Amino acid sequence: MEILMFMAIGVLFAVGTYFILCRSLLKVIIGILLISHGAHMLLLTMAGLRQGVPPLVDLSGSEATDPLPQAMILTAIVISFGITAFLVVLAYRTYRVNKTEDLDKLRGSDDE
Amino acid sequence: MLNLAIVSPFIIALIVPLLYKSLKRVHTGWFVLIVPIVLFLYLVQFIPSVASGEVYIYEVPWIPSLGINFTAYLDGLSLILALLITGVGSLVILYSIYYLSKERESLGHFYVYLLMFMGAMLGVVFSDNLMVLYLFWELTSISSFLLIAYWYHRRQSRYGAQKSMLITVTGGIGMLAGFIMLSTMMDTFSIREIIANVAGYTDHALFIPAMLLVLLGAFTKSAQFPFHIWLPDAMEAPTPVSAYLHSATMVKAGIYLVARFTPVFGGDAVWFWVVSLVGMITLFWGSFNAVRQTDLKALLAYSTISQLGLIMSLLGIGSAALYFDASNAASAMYSIAIFTALFHLVNHSTFKGALFMVVGIVDHETGTRDIRKLGGLMTIMPVTFTLAVVGSFAMAGLPPFNGFLSKEMFFTAVLDVTQLSFFSIDTWGMLFPIVAWIASVFTFVYSMILVFKTFLGKHQPEKLEKTAHEAPIGMLISPVILASLVIVFFFFPNLLGEYLIKPGYAAVMPTFVGVEGYDTQFNISAWHGFNTELLMTLGVVGFGVVLYQLWPKWEGVYALFPRKWTLDNLYNRSLLTLENQSTNFTNRYMTGNMYHYMVYIFIAILVIVTGVVAYTGAISIDSSNDAPISIYEGFIAAVMAVTALSIPFAKSRLTAILLNGVLGYLLALFFVFFRAPDLALTQLVVETVSAALFLLCFYFLPEWEKEARKPRIKVMNAIIAVSVGTLVTLLALSVQNNRFFDSISSFYENAYELAGAQNIVNAILGDFRAFDTMLEVVVLLIAGLGVYVLIKLKPKKEERGQDVEGE
Repeated sequence: MEILMFMAIGVLFAVGTYFILCRSLLKVIIGILLISHGAHMLLLTMAGLRQGVPPLVDLSGSEATDPLPQAMILTAIVISFGITAFLVVLAYRTYRVNKTEDLDKLRGSDDE
Repeated sequence: MLNLAIVSPFIIALIVPLLYKSLKRVHTGWFVLIVPIVLFLYLVQFIPSVASGEVYIYEVPWIPSLGINFTAYLDGLSLILALLITGVGSLVILYSIYYLSKERESLGHFYVYLLMFMGAMLGVVFSDNLMVLYLFWELTSISSFLLIAYWYHRRQSRYGAQKSMLITVTGGIGMLAGFIMLSTMMDTFSIREIIANVAGYTDHALFIPAMLLVLLGAFTKSAQFPFHIWLPDAMEAPTPVSAYLHSATMVKAGIYLVARFTPVFGGDAVWFWVVSLVGMITLFWGSFNAVRQTDLKALLAYSTISQLGLIMSLLGIGSAALYFDASNAASAMYSIAIFTALFHLVNHSTFKGALFMVVGIVDHETGTRDIRKLGGLMTIMPVTFTLAVVGSFAMAGLPPFNGFLSKEMFFTAVLDVTQLSFFSIDTWGMLFPIVAWIASVFTFVYSMILVFKTFLGKHQPEKLEKTAHEAPIGMLISPVILASLVIVFFFFPNLLGEYLIKPGYAAVMPTFVGVEGYDTQFNISAWHGFNTELLMTLGVVGFGVVLYQLWPKWEGVYALFPRKWTLDNLYNRSLLTLENQSTNFTNRYMTGNMYHYMVYIFIAILVIVTGVVAYTGAISIDSSNDAPISIYEGFIAAVMAVTALSIPFAKSRLTAILLNGVLGYLLALFFVFFRAPDLALTQLVVETVSAALFLLCFYFLPEWEKEARKPRIKVMNAIIAVSVGTLVTLLALSVQNNRFFDSISSFYENAYELAGAQNIVNAILGDFRAFDTMLEVVVLLIAGLGVYVLIKLKPKKEERGQDVEGE
C-alpha cells in the first residue's frame, strides 16, 4: 500500500513543482497547495499504514494507529491554511495594484 | 613604561579635536609637537643600556587565554626605528605647523590621523606578539589611507588612497596568514620564542609558505617591485605626510619586518634569493623610473622605492651569513651587510626627509612641483638650495655626506656576494654588483636633475603661480636639522654605529654577537684606500655626469616602455575588469525573474540530494513491511493521481479550483480510511473554506490563460517536475524501509492516565505538545491580520488614481 501512496505523493509533488514554475501567480499558489497536500499525505504514510483502531483510548483494547503524526498533520493543515489564505489575498492585492499576475512582468521597480 | 609610550599618541589623539575647537588662536600642531618630543627624549635614555646589550620587555595581558598579550619589546632594532619615528615625527610636525595653514585646513583631522599613525608605528616596532604586531600594522595602513586622502575633495587623492589601501591591506592579510602559520607551527605568538625555537621547524611543511606570506606583507608595505605602484600615487598627500610616512617611517615597516624575521628565516636559500632579488629589481626599477619623472614628488617617490630596494637587498645578502656557522670568518663578512642596511636605513630617513621638506617648500613658495616650470631658484631661495644640495648629494652617494658611506658599504656587500659559493650564487653572483652599479648611476642622474633642474638654469616667473621667495624660518628648521645630521653622520659615523646600529645588528643577528673579531668589524671609515668600491663610485660619478648632460639624447629610451605596459595600467585594468566581470556575472544570474530562481532552487535540490543519495547508496526499496493493498484505498490513490495530473490540462480556472477541491476531499477520505477522524474533520472544513476563498478572490483575477512559455521551456519544466516527483517517491520509499527504532507513540497511549483524555490526538495537541498548538494559533492570527491589512490597506497617493479606476 505504501508504494502506491508514495507514487500518488510523487505525482502531487511533480504537478505542484510544474505549477510553481508557471508564469501565472494563481498557478503558483495552486502548486503550493498541491505540494502541501502531498506533504500531509507523506507524513501520514511515513508513520506506517498498519490497520488499527482510531487513536481513541479504551474502545476495544486492540492496537491503535499512531497518534503523533496525526497531531503533526493537524498542525500542518492549519498552518498551510493560514498561509494559503494570506497568499490568495496577496495575489488579489498584487493584481489590483499592478494589473498583472504574470510573474515575468512582476520584476520589481528600477529604483530598488 | 613602554606600553604607555605606545598608547600615548592615541590618547592625545582623542584630545586633539577638543584643543582644535577650543583654542582657535594657536596652531594645533604646537600641542601635538609635545608628544613626539617627549617620546623621543624618553627613548633616548635607553640608548646607553641597549648599546651595552640590554633588552626591555613589558607585558600587559590582553587576551591571555589565547596567548595574545600586549608585549612591548625593546632591543637595538626597535630602538632605531622608534627613534626615527619620534625624531622625524617631531621635525615633521614642526614643519607641518608652518606648512599647513591654520585658516584653510581642518587641522584637527590632520593631527588626529598623524598621531594615530605615530602610535601605530611605535606599536609595530615594539610589539613582540604577532597578533598585536598585525593589529598595529593594519592601523598604519588605515591611518596612512586617511592621510593620503586628507584633501578628499581631490579625485587623485582618493584614487591614491584607495590604491595604497588595497595593496597594503592585501599584503597585510597575507602576512596575517603567514603569522598564523608560524604560530600554529610553534604554538606561540611571541616573536622571541619563535626565534628561540625555529631551529627545529625549518623543514616543516608550513615554513616556506609562512615565509613567503610574511614577505608579501613586507614587500607591499615597503613598496617593493611589483607592489611599488601605490607609493607614487600616495604623493597626493600633504608633503609633511609624504616626508614622514612615505620616506622615513611607514615604508620602513616592511624593512623592519624583514630584519625582525631574519633570525627566523634567514638561513634559508628561498629567503636569500627572494629578498635580495626583489630588492635588486626594485633598486634598479625605482632608480630607472625616477629619472623620467617631471613631478618632484614623483621623482622622490621612485627614489624612495629604489633606496628601499637597496636596503632590502642588503638584508637579503646579510641573511646569507646565517647559512654558515657563526664562528666562520667568512660569514661575518656577509653579515656586515645587515649592519650596512640598518646604517643606510637611518641615512635614508635623514636625507629623504630633508628632500621631501625641500620639495614641499618649493611647492609652497612657487605653487608648482613641475620641473619643467621650475628653474633658477638658487639665488631666490639660497637656504633651500643648500638643503637640496646636501640631500641630493647624500642620495647620490657623494662625500662629504652620509650617503657616501652607506653606498661604499653597499658596494662592498655586493662585491662580497660574488665570492659566495652556495645557493648557486657563483653563477649569478656577478649580476649583483653590475645591477647595483647601474642603479647607482641612475640614482646619481636623478639626484642631479632634482637639484639642477629646480635651482639652476633660467628662472621662469611667468609660469609660476606665486612670486617665488625664501621660505619662512620655521619651515626651514626641520630640514636644516636633518641636513646637518646628514653631515654629522658623515664625519662621526662610528658614534652612530656604536650606539645605534651595532645594537640593531645584534638584534637581527643574535648568534653573531661575541664571535671572534665582532667588535672590530663595525668601524665605518670614509677612506678605505684605493679599492674597487672607490673605483665604482668614481665610475658612477663619471657616467652619471655624462648621462645627465646627454639626457635629451637618450630620453627616447623610455618610449620603449609605453604607458600601456606599465604596472599601473595593469593594476587599473585588472581592477576595472574585476568590477565589470563581477557586475556581468551578477547580472547574468540575478535576473529579477522569480522563475529563474525557482529553477535554480529545484535544480540545486535535485543535484545535491541525488548526488548524496547516489554517493551513499541510500536508495533501497523493500516492501516486506508494508501494509497490504486494499481495493478502496488503492482505487482512491489512483483517482488522486489522475486528478492531480489533469489539473495542468484544465481549460478554466474554475475547473482547476474544483479539481483542487476534489484532491482535498480525497485526502479527507484517506484520513477516514487510515483511522484519523480529527484530521478528516479538519481537512473537510479547511478544504471547503479554501475553495470558497479561492473562488472569491479569483473572481477578481483574470481568466486562466494558456501557459505563455516557449515549448522548449515547458518541456524542461516538465522534466524538472517529474524528477522532483520521482526523487520524493524514491526518498520516501528508502526512508520508509530503513527504520532504526520503533515509534515513541506507545507513551501517548497513556493519555487517559496522564491527561485525563480519551482522544489521544487531542491530548497531544492540547496537553503533551500544546506549545505547538499555541504557536499555530499565533500563525493563524497573524495570517488573519495580514489578510485584513492587505484588503484594507490604503494605497499611496500616486497609486490611488489607478486604484479607483480599477474599482
